[in-house]
Amino acid sequence: MSDYILEMNKISKEFPGVKALSDVNFKVERGEIHFLVGENGAGKSTLMKVLSGVYPHGTYSGDIVLDSKVQKFEKIADSVHAGIGIIYQELALFPDLSVYENIFAGNEIKRGATIDWNQTIVQAKSMLAKVGLDVNPETLIKDLGVGKQQLVEIAKALSKNVRLLILDEPTAALNENDSENLLNLLRELKKQGITSIMISHKLKEVIAVADKATILRDGRTICTLDASKGELSERVIIKNMVGREIEDIYPKRAKKSFGENILEVKNWSAYDAKLARTVVKEVNLHVKKGEIIGIAGLMGSGRTEFALSIFGNPRAYRLKGEMLVNGKPATFRHTSHAIEAGMAYVTEDRKGDGLFLIQDIRRNLTAANLRGVASRGVLNANEEIQVANSYKDSLYIKAPSIEQLVGNLSGGNQQKVSLGKWLFVGPKLLILDEPTRGIDVGAKFEIYTIMNKLIDEGMSIIMISSELGEVLGMSDRVYVMAEGRIKGELSAQEADQEQIMHLATQ
Amino acid sequence: MNLNNAVQEARQPQPTLLKEAGTLLKSNIREYGMYIALVVIIAVFSIMTDGLFISSRNISNLIDATGYIAVLAVGMTLVIVIRHIDLSVGYAAGFMGALAALLMVKNGVPVYLTILIVLVLGIVIGMFNGVLVASVGIPAFVSSLAAMLIFRGALQQVLEKTGTISIANEHFNALGNGYVPEITEVGGLKLLSLILGLVVILLYIYFEFQNRRNKQKYNFEVLSGGMFAAKLVFISAIIAYITWILAGYEGFSWTAIIMVLVVVIYHFLTTKTVLGRHIYAVGSNPEAAHLSGISVKKITYIVFGSMGLLSALSGILFTARMQSAAPTAGTLFELDAIAAAYVGGVSAAGGVGKVTGSIIGAIVMASLTNGMNLLGVGISYQYMIRGGVLAAAVIFDVMTRKKRG
Repeated sequence: MSDYILEMNKISKEFPGVKALSDVNFKVERGEIHFLVGENGAGKSTLMKVLSGVYPHGTYSGDIVLDSKVQKFEKIADSVHAGIGIIYQELALFPDLSVYENIFAGNEIKRGATIDWNQTIVQAKSMLAKVGLDVNPETLIKDLGVGKQQLVEIAKALSKNVRLLILDEPTAALNENDSENLLNLLRELKKQGITSIMISHKLKEVIAVADKATILRDGRTICTLDASKGELSERVIIKNMVGREIEDIYPKRAKKSFGENILEVKNWSAYDAKLARTVVKEVNLHVKKGEIIGIAGLMGSGRTEFALSIFGNPRAYRLKGEMLVNGKPATFRHTSHAIEAGMAYVTEDRKGDGLFLIQDIRRNLTAANLRGVASRGVLNANEEIQVANSYKDSLYIKAPSIEQLVGNLSGGNQQKVSLGKWLFVGPKLLILDEPTRGIDVGAKFEIYTIMNKLIDEGMSIIMISSELGEVLGMSDRVYVMAEGRIKGELSAQEADQEQIMHLATQ
Repeated sequence: MNLNNAVQEARQPQPTLLKEAGTLLKSNIREYGMYIALVVIIAVFSIMTDGLFISSRNISNLIDATGYIAVLAVGMTLVIVIRHIDLSVGYAAGFMGALAALLMVKNGVPVYLTILIVLVLGIVIGMFNGVLVASVGIPAFVSSLAAMLIFRGALQQVLEKTGTISIANEHFNALGNGYVPEITEVGGLKLLSLILGLVVILLYIYFEFQNRRNKQKYNFEVLSGGMFAAKLVFISAIIAYITWILAGYEGFSWTAIIMVLVVVIYHFLTTKTVLGRHIYAVGSNPEAAHLSGISVKKITYIVFGSMGLLSALSGILFTARMQSAAPTAGTLFELDAIAAAYVGGVSAAGGVGKVTGSIIGAIVMASLTNGMNLLGVGISYQYMIRGGVLAAAVIFDVMTRKKRG
């Protein structure tokens, strides 16, 4: 009989139109380090949000059993009270407050009606000692590196008498040294009797510290592998992560020879001063005329940052390296220069930075090329309406009219508007960042068909995608990115899911 | 905005004129609501003052008193559309009005050159604000608050030695008090103003017909024939009525003509040009605008530059109206302009708001003040009532937006 601290039985969770979790079973033994592994969108984060009360009892089905007692968390505070502490990828610290203020934020030590700061500092010191962090508790959070900030988060969780610690991709933003420290700390906490659940994409870590690993895929539990039984190996994990049959929903296009290089970058690096981190590292890559290249990799691997860095660099990264457009060196100081040079970028976050949600379809479609429907700066409304209607038809945008506000469209139709906006620019190189995320199968197929048509017309496409099926089904060549670097280049024929996932999880 | 929709919906069942009007009203409730509010305010005051409010003399005065706030409201609309604010416009107007007086009276600069200098200076000062906001990254609230203090000081400094400067130049003062010259009177009405009004009506009808023909050429939805005629008659009647009222006093004032010109130019800029569309794009989503190749900085410079230009114009109109430059000129203009813009349907979230709406907003607020003055309502109550109207307008705005989701 195993001693389970946590049992999650038959957990199902639905969002409008999507079943995020279906009958997930997840059991964690007391005192172990248990990894949760799976592709982007497999349901790991949703499962942890169910556990921590972000999604309150009643919005999901199934049972959460903690220490043999069924729990019904109504809010996050309930799960904290029960001894669950969760640390998200985006740290929830106050950068302008000190370490000790952060550790006891929301959990202040009081004497009467006021905060006992002396006691707070004393307690904070002992928490810091527990996580092995040797800093003055009066240091401001913003003066610490990410690795140390993470330790403060853990100290904060420990101060609430956590028994079950959940870490969501804690090492994604850490360098190797800090990662190693963190993993050692987990081993140390294990000795003190604290159970940990950790989400990670780095399989080497999983192999190194996991007692068990549960693999999720498409919202279902695939299997739980036990290290003590010798079941944990990179090959087995990858096989279970990607084991989905690839359905043949990818329209074929006539194979033809490719032209000259339309884009080439050499030793391309981008440093983000705000994050104080190099987000793109020495990337070498080229795209030929008439080619679709896929950039595979997990979220946060630097794919979007790479795309932005070549598309006029709107986030003002510090760039190094060389970019050649049509064989000639090019530097773009603004997105408008990149557009003039024949580039277009359909963003990953269409609602956040792709579309004007409070404007109608017509105004969105022409936003990037208003001069195309204007003469001497004055718009020709009738011509604009004609252009918009023609894109509405050719891209199968389903809406009563082009006067419809884009915010009221479905995800698939929004994506088509976003695509149409860039097609009207008449680009030679189209960058698609997660072109089919969150849209239904029918709309996906339509977008693939449009992509093939564009290639036939002589355009080139860079497709950034986390969806392996799509990368394999649509690309002529695949680059795999991880940690800001290109980890490998594969031809469409030789690439398969396992290979890509192997490179992406290094 | 949803005109086509409304028309389509109205067409599906057998369209009746009334039904079409109903759907039009429903889908444009925010915009038409303001016009209705204005009509109600005018009607109520006219009844309560036994027609004094609607008299030629009072309406003429009302329009002249609105002018210097209305031009500020036009500029403020664009500033708020791109998610900023400019608190400095009141004292900027006061300062530039004083500068104009100083140049003319103390330095003998010719009047038209003075106006040109002041307007150009307004653009430069506005652009400087734009640079602080867009390139240095100071929140507009703070940078314009600083500018407001600086202009207030500058205004007092300029007038310190001289005190209030009286202006004797008739050409200049005519901008705030004068009327278009008259040829002759016909039955107590000014002929030239009548002709002007007629020209405006004919131009309006011509443009509407041209627009309709164009749409039909492209096979687009248009209003039904009956509705179109009704609209033409209605708008023409309003213009004719205003003309008739004004012609009964002194005719069109220069202030009214300048105000109409500013509105027409800005309405054209915002609705028919690439620049205007870029301004609204930056307002509704700056990141998406940047990624669409629009220079957010450039748009910010331009919008603040235009605000500076209109502040200068406002200062000129006010100084001309007062026939003097006083150290207190411009006090609270900025808040009147901001209130007019919000009453006129500008959204604080950015990207939404029409120049024409803000003008109506300015007229609504001025009508309230004027009407309450006629009724002898105490100044303390006037402030409270105007505050209440501002809050009510924005509440109405938020509610109708929520409903449309």
